[in-house]
Amino acid sequence: MNKEILLKQGGIWAFILVELIFFTVAGNFLSTSDKSFMDFDNMLLLLKQSAPIGIIALGMTIVMINGNIDLSVGATFALSAIVLLDSMTWPFMKEMGDWSIPLAWAFALATGTVLGAINGLIVWKTGVDAFIVTLGSMLGFRGLVFMYNGEQPTSHLNWTLVDFAEAQFLGLHTATWFLLGAALLLWLLMTKTVHGRNAYAIGNNREAAVNAGIRVGPHFLINFMLIGFLASLSAVVFYSESGSVNPNDGMLYELWAITAVVLGGTKLTGGYGSIVSTLGGVIAIQLLRKGLGHIGADTETVNLVIGLILIAVLFLDKQLNRKGKEELKV
Amino acid sequence: MAELTKQDIGRFLARQGILVAFVVFMIAFALANPRFLAVDNIFGVIRSSAILGVMALGVTFVVIGGNLDLSVGSMMSFSTIVVLDLHDKLGPTLAIPAMFAMTLALGAFIGFLVGYLKLNSLIVTLGMLSAIHGLTLTYSGGKNMDIADKEGTWFAVIGQGSIAGIPVPILLFAGLAIVLSMMLGKTPFGRKVYAVGGNGTAATFSGVPRARVVFMTYMISAFCVATAGMMQASRSLGSQNTVGQGMELEVLAAVILGGASLLGGSGTIFKTVIGVLILGFIQNGLLLVGLEFYVQYVVTWVIIILAVWLDIAAKRGRLLSPIA
Repeated sequence: MNKEILLKQGGIWAFILVELIFFTVAGNFLSTSDKSFMDFDNMLLLLKQSAPIGIIALGMTIVMINGNIDLSVGATFALSAIVLLDSMTWPFMKEMGDWSIPLAWAFALATGTVLGAINGLIVWKTGVDAFIVTLGSMLGFRGLVFMYNGEQPTSHLNWTLVDFAEAQFLGLHTATWFLLGAALLLWLLMTKTVHGRNAYAIGNNREAAVNAGIRVGPHFLINFMLIGFLASLSAVVFYSESGSVNPNDGMLYELWAITAVVLGGTKLTGGYGSIVSTLGGVIAIQLLRKGLGHIGADTETVNLVIGLILIAVLFLDKQLNRKGKEELKV
Repeated sequence: MAELTKQDIGRFLARQGILVAFVVFMIAFALANPRFLAVDNIFGVIRSSAILGVMALGVTFVVIGGNLDLSVGSMMSFSTIVVLDLHDKLGPTLAIPAMFAMTLALGAFIGFLVGYLKLNSLIVTLGMLSAIHGLTLTYSGGKNMDIADKEGTWFAVIGQGSIAGIPVPILLFAGLAIVLSMMLGKTPFGRKVYAVGGNGTAATFSGVPRARVVFMTYMISAFCVATAGMMQASRSLGSQNTVGQGMELEVLAAVILGGASLLGGSGTIFKTVIGVLILGFIQNGLLLVGLEFYVQYVVTWVIIILAVWLDIAAKRGRLLSPIA
């Protein structure tokens, strides 16, 4: 049993190791640049670039552990970004100078949390499947994004904010700190608290959880609010630096996040998954992206490779499970 | 003859809610703008919904069979790019069958993974969404595709022409809808699709070849996608390689709006067509009333949730869910 858990949770890190070795060796022959792939700065940059999808993927993990899914995170991401940048141009915010920054962040984060709460409440109260609810709100929230500012991009550069976003503390970029911090907090939440334990129980067997006296609805709501919050946190981290958001930004982010989560071994059916493995999944994808670029492959092949790896992981996972079950029977 | 109680009426509204909503919307828009019900406007709406509609027909089979298909969007980009590329290399008469063969091969691959290897359809088609997107980009070298001689090719007829006053895309959509509706409703194969989606285990024990049926639903979906790609290519005679991006979820929205359950086993082609038309007419109606195109997203959101909610509320006999 322990061996199986090790095999599953270790799988993604072994995969990352294989990627690192492969791209380093292949890079020696194929790369056009003199820099080695394992260059320290390159790795730091990789962590920073993983942050936007990574933070969303953390939230996707806890929602999927519950047996739900959230397809609306891309639109939540975009709407929070618009609120962040636009709120800094409001007259009373302008008068506050740099003090408007924490307030703008709060507005953006509140936006995401409220959108998440809307999803959570609908799933809870109507009993409609989360896939359908969030498929609908993916369209609906995107509509709100467009209604806010039409088809125009929303831009506002605040240099204090840009400096903050580009800063490095102990070598790590601001975005990386947010990714690691969020991962740590969620890991604590899912492994050390009652909410975390109940969330696993609900995903594993909803009937049994209800019979054990666990209230399903509030846990759904909390997790949807958390993923909304994280989607807006991701937007806050990313757009503090870039300072301009298009109404189409964040499209297909939900699919990237789900891919990372599934690569990390979290089950779509719920009840099984880990925050740490999702972090591995996120890094593995970003590594692949960077590595293929490093050895001179077209960036276009990245999509092809990631898609096929996702299917291969699913296939291997199935084989592993089947073996486990057969052993159990004997 | 039992008396019609208030409850019966409520149940009828909930069951046929989608048709009722459709009629209400049509009347409201017609009152708001008389141009809405003009023949050329109606033709225009159906014509522009036809590509999404054709894809939705195929996805209906997959969903009734109890699976999902998220790869139709990037598959449509693929077939559009391929047929445009081959048009200049082989000529249209050879390009179309060649493109159909390649798209069907992709469908067969997905069908094999989901049907015979029994892998989770959501993740498989999510992976294929990404993989086919990469394939398309690699195939086209990241460039847009254009037909060299746009004036002199008969290929344009498929997307732009009309026969007896009716645009060809509408004829294709309607024709395919009728054929597939017969297939689903009147043939043993159609019954097997419902059986597999309704209760896969029971179907297997009754001797229904589950794997083969699921495989076939993905082949039908791929065939529809290829048709949609051909229509798209012919309509614009040139295309970006991301033309179908995001359509997978719009298609799914139309299918769900039509009342197919994501758990499988229910839904019809006719209802899917209604779902597609509702999306199309809402979009058009809101534009005619003078609202921006993106207002339809919000309206679609509300309608999808309400439609599904009322449907399951009618089944369980109470409005709010029993979730504590």
